[in-house]
Amino acid sequence: MVKRVDTQTAVMAALPLAFYALFVIVPLGVAVALSFQTWNGLAPPTWAGLRQWRHLLSDTVVWGALGTTLRLMVYSWLLQTPISLALGVYLAGRERYRDLLAIVFFLPLMFSAVAIGLTWIYILDPSFGVATALARDLHLQPQSWLGQRWVLVTLSAVIAWEFIPFHTLLYQAAAQQIPTELYEAAEIDGAGLAGRFWRITLPQLRYTFVTSTLLILVGSLTYFDLILVMTQGGPGYRSTVLSIYMYNEAFPKLHMGYGSAIAVLLAVLGVVLSLVLLRVSGFTRMRSELEAG
Amino acid sequence: MVRKRPARRPAPRTRRRPRAARVVSALLGIVWALAAGFPVYYMIITSLKTQAGFFNAPLGLPPRRPTLANYHRVIFSEGITHDFLNSVVVTLVSVAVALALSMLAAYVIVRVDRRWVRWTLNLFLLGLAVPIQAVIIPVFALVNSLHIYDTLWALILPSAGFAMPITVLILANFFRDIPRSLFEAMGLEGASHLTILRRLVLPLALPAMASIGIYDAVNVWNNFLFPLVLTQSQGVQVLPTALYQFQGQFGIEVPPLMAAVVLSAAPLLVLYAIARRSFLRALAGGFV
Repeated sequence: MVKRVDTQTAVMAALPLAFYALFVIVPLGVAVALSFQTWNGLAPPTWAGLRQWRHLLSDTVVWGALGTTLRLMVYSWLLQTPISLALGVYLAGRERYRDLLAIVFFLPLMFSAVAIGLTWIYILDPSFGVATALARDLHLQPQSWLGQRWVLVTLSAVIAWEFIPFHTLLYQAAAQQIPTELYEAAEIDGAGLAGRFWRITLPQLRYTFVTSTLLILVGSLTYFDLILVMTQGGPGYRSTVLSIYMYNEAFPKLHMGYGSAIAVLLAVLGVVLSLVLLRVSGFTRMRSELEAG
Repeated sequence: MVRKRPARRPAPRTRRRPRAARVVSALLGIVWALAAGFPVYYMIITSLKTQAGFFNAPLGLPPRRPTLANYHRVIFSEGITHDFLNSVVVTLVSVAVALALSMLAAYVIVRVDRRWVRWTLNLFLLGLAVPIQAVIIPVFALVNSLHIYDTLWALILPSAGFAMPITVLILANFFRDIPRSLFEAMGLEGASHLTILRRLVLPLALPAMASIGIYDAVNVWNNFLFPLVLTQSQGVQVLPTALYQFQGQFGIEVPPLMAAVVLSAAPLLVLYAIARRSFLRALAGGFV
């Protein structure tokens, strides 16, 4: 490490910082500022004081959207974590046929959320979708999967389809790192398969578990593309999460000031969630390592 | 039933795994393979069907006479090639800008011992925690005031900015593993930081840069929010917004829509086919 900072170093530091600040950090500040204004996106913004925030506090839709966001977060974690963990550990095994299956396992990673949403809409379509045809053939009642009753569950499932491969990758890589001696020792101690899983695999994967959980929970705030494509937040406000509500207020309706207030709520949620999770986890090690250098 | 097969050199992890557990885990593997594979299979076979064929076989059976007419239509009548090229340009330029700037930032973070440098790191960490949707309104305002609304620059510059936090963190972690003695040796010879970066760090970091660059590229390629909000005309449309528009335009003409979906993922599928392992490692974005 060097303390000396010459002109060249200063430029090397300033260039990326200025660019990053302009496109990421300053907008964050501007979002806060805009939440105290009224703005339609065209005319200059005008000062609105606390009006947007008072509106936010009394707006039942925003609290509903917060609830929906949190429900989707919990459903996503509950679906993605056990399946990814199981698949990751499974793929870490070394039989040949697993290699073949693995080729299919990660296919969802190749598609954008828009592509995934479009495909699932037609698979689930109540009149000509595969799901409906299958239900009829099995003499089951076809369900309106994107209707009032099932929409959040369906969205969580499609989101899980999109993200499970990523988390499986994390668990697979970590599970392959577990030293086999640990298993051999446990076997000598007479531990069964379940015992080995609980006493060795799971503790050895705890950092991955924390990382994956952090990414699922914070990432769930950004589920937007898929919901916009599949339901636009409907039926009614049933699948309107905060990001969808923010978008609908700000862009189609041009309520940019109010949209900014929702955006600030979203940002605060993201940062607070990250900080809490970082505090309770060992993830801070990464930062202190970087800082200590 | 044979209780214990004379296993041909069993893998250590699965040694003496009870039969029931093997069956359950194989079942899990097959169920997920079906779940993961079916929608992809559905996209592909539907894209090869005629409209009538699609309505006649809703259960997702393959067409008796596959047709490429849907691809022909999407490419030659709907102009998806233009959207495709826009996506390529936006992705390549964004990633080049993000990599170049992140490399400089990561170098300074690793090599310069100052209080403000530590603050810089915190700023990049903050960028990881903030949802992109939370700043889209100010980014829209910024793009307007820079007079680049509805141009490819409106997508390139913010995409590069938002790719920076993860790229900087991954590269800084990598640079830190370069032995300090190498830096010091070059420093003694009087090399400037820029020379050290070019002659020492860059050659060593090329694989890491390629890996994180691919991760960033896939994110930019698939990004929907920026083109949705920051562009509007056909001329600058990229693939995700093109798909979104086709959804409205085609209605229940699902086969051409699925052809567009397959084309939008084609580069990733090709990469996956030719270099599966390294591509997957890149997609894990340094979390592996």
